[in-house]
Amino acid sequence: MHLISEGITYIFLFFALYVEVFFLITYFEVRDKEKKTSVPAIVNKWPSVSVIIPVWNEENTVLKTIFSVLKLNYPKDKLSILIVDDGSTDNTWNVIQRFSHNKQIRLIRKENGGKYTALNHALGLVNTDLVGCLDADSFVHPEALKRIVVQFEDKEIMAVAPSVIIFEPKGLLGLIQKAEYMFGIFLRKVFSYLNAIYITPGPFSIFRRSVFETLGNYRHAHNTEDMEIAMRMQKNKMRIGSAHDAFVYTVAPAGFTSLYRQRLRWIYGFLKNSIDYRDMFFKPQYGNLGMIVLPAAGLSLVSTIYFWIALIVHWANTIILKIEEISTVGISFKGFNFDFFYVDLNIIFLISLFAILGTLFIIVNSRKLAEEKNKFGLDSILFLMLYTLIAPIWVSKAVYNVIFLRETKWR
Amino acid sequence: MEVTWKKYTYTFLITAVIFITAIYVSNYFGQKKINEIKDIESRISVDILASETQFSLLSELSCKEITSGLLSKELATLGDKLSYTEENRGSNDTEVLNLKKYYSLLQIKDFLLMQKIKERCGSNATNGGLSIMYFYSNKGDCDDCQKEGFVLTRLRQDYPELRVYSFDYNLDLSAVQTLITVYNIEKKLPAILINDKVYYGFESIDDIKKIMPALKEIDSQRAKEALKSSQGTSTKVK
Repeated sequence: MHLISEGITYIFLFFALYVEVFFLITYFEVRDKEKKTSVPAIVNKWPSVSVIIPVWNEENTVLKTIFSVLKLNYPKDKLSILIVDDGSTDNTWNVIQRFSHNKQIRLIRKENGGKYTALNHALGLVNTDLVGCLDADSFVHPEALKRIVVQFEDKEIMAVAPSVIIFEPKGLLGLIQKAEYMFGIFLRKVFSYLNAIYITPGPFSIFRRSVFETLGNYRHAHNTEDMEIAMRMQKNKMRIGSAHDAFVYTVAPAGFTSLYRQRLRWIYGFLKNSIDYRDMFFKPQYGNLGMIVLPAAGLSLVSTIYFWIALIVHWANTIILKIEEISTVGISFKGFNFDFFYVDLNIIFLISLFAILGTLFIIVNSRKLAEEKNKFGLDSILFLMLYTLIAPIWVSKAVYNVIFLRETKWR
Repeated sequence: MEVTWKKYTYTFLITAVIFITAIYVSNYFGQKKINEIKDIESRISVDILASETQFSLLSELSCKEITSGLLSKELATLGDKLSYTEENRGSNDTEVLNLKKYYSLLQIKDFLLMQKIKERCGSNATNGGLSIMYFYSNKGDCDDCQKEGFVLTRLRQDYPELRVYSFDYNLDLSAVQTLITVYNIEKKLPAILINDKVYYGFESIDDIKKIMPALKEIDSQRAKEALKSSQGTSTKVK
């Protein structure tokens, strides 16, 4: 039994390290390429853009979202905003009425049907070159749109994902999410280079309108329509880019329950969409996405649960042993004498050390990409120490829900 | 969508190199630890041999010349390090087994030497001649061995003058098997041998103190000294 668990640990560690090394090599390639290539050309003729803001009971945050779009440094005649109230039961509709006379803004009200129906409703009214979505709990950096649009100078690029940053993170969970989102910026940059982006985040991903004309509208997609559309695009060989300097700020779930629900939806959505798009896994025709990125994402979920269980079993054993010792001989406070002999330098520890060093490198560089002042922060430490302990809670539940056919809710 | 097989191969090679390096480094330090144990064992071996020689030389002389320094002080450290190594490498590891056999031999020799000194010069020459022989099994057939281990470790910490000799009942070593035969120790583990008497089953700290009143004496002596020093301090304060 011990040999089997040790064998599984080695296999997981090898693949985890393989993926990390692969991403790091790719990052160095991107860096070298960026150094060689010149700054993106300035766009002579800015394309027309529609930003769809689906809202449902967002009376508190929607104004900030709309104002941030209005403040975008982009030609006003080229930017239109469609606010779709998806049957709010609070005061949202009245709150947004203050924009009813704004020429740039169009207010739409429909019966509640879910985010994807709101998006699709608006897509039917859009005739601009580009179209994007912005969740009503997010706000954009004034230069974000220009930085994204520049990417479309490459005719092959069909969609561009922004860099999502946590807005004013609060508390322990806020800080952990802050580091996690910055980690995501690094990964998205790497995935972009690998042509393997499989999520176009709800906050401010911009698409060519032709994407929807060719592939059809958003789908329910297990409440993760932003993942499904990206996977559908990848399946149809449509390239998705990223603009790491196009910042979008989003409000993080503050409490554990709301965070748990959000992540449960994400992981459940990933698993269900992976099942729907299972024919992309390990298929060379889908490039790095099919061969590395999607299998790695799947494997990371399995290994997360495995290491979590292993850690819990280990801690439980240690605690039981300690309790037995205390109940037998009581507590003693003997002095601590450091002896290198008792430092356990086993293979698993040493490989984990390599992996942690790689993760530290990613953290430092992701902070640089997010234009953070310091190379390392409290959020990085909390992320390193606690993320792997709390993430398995929703990962396990998502796996359980998929196996036992339990649906997840949006909120 | 291109697949970069070359990059996949490079990545595999780099990962493999990291893995091999980790295995090499781990083995290197593992071997270093084994060597450290071997060094301690050889030091103890020299200590015992020296003590035996000193003892033979002094046999014609008075017991005053024999000091407590005759007995090796490193046996306890060696025991701790060996049990830690056994925990990490497994009790079936050849290196661990060999080290354990040698350790058992050294313990027997140390025990015999202590007995000799005690016989000739009385218990004062050996710090009271306090010793416990402990027989355990780590084959999963001894439920109380873990607890007994805690008790003896604690006693050894609290009473450095107490010598605890621990033997794996199942160790394939003729000297240990002879010891088991000589003292007629049955396989009802844990078993403790104190002053030629065998006690089977779990013995708590209090049980052992009852069997060895000398430990209680040490306690009361320490209490007296503590009282004296606290009185001394309070007088100074006044």
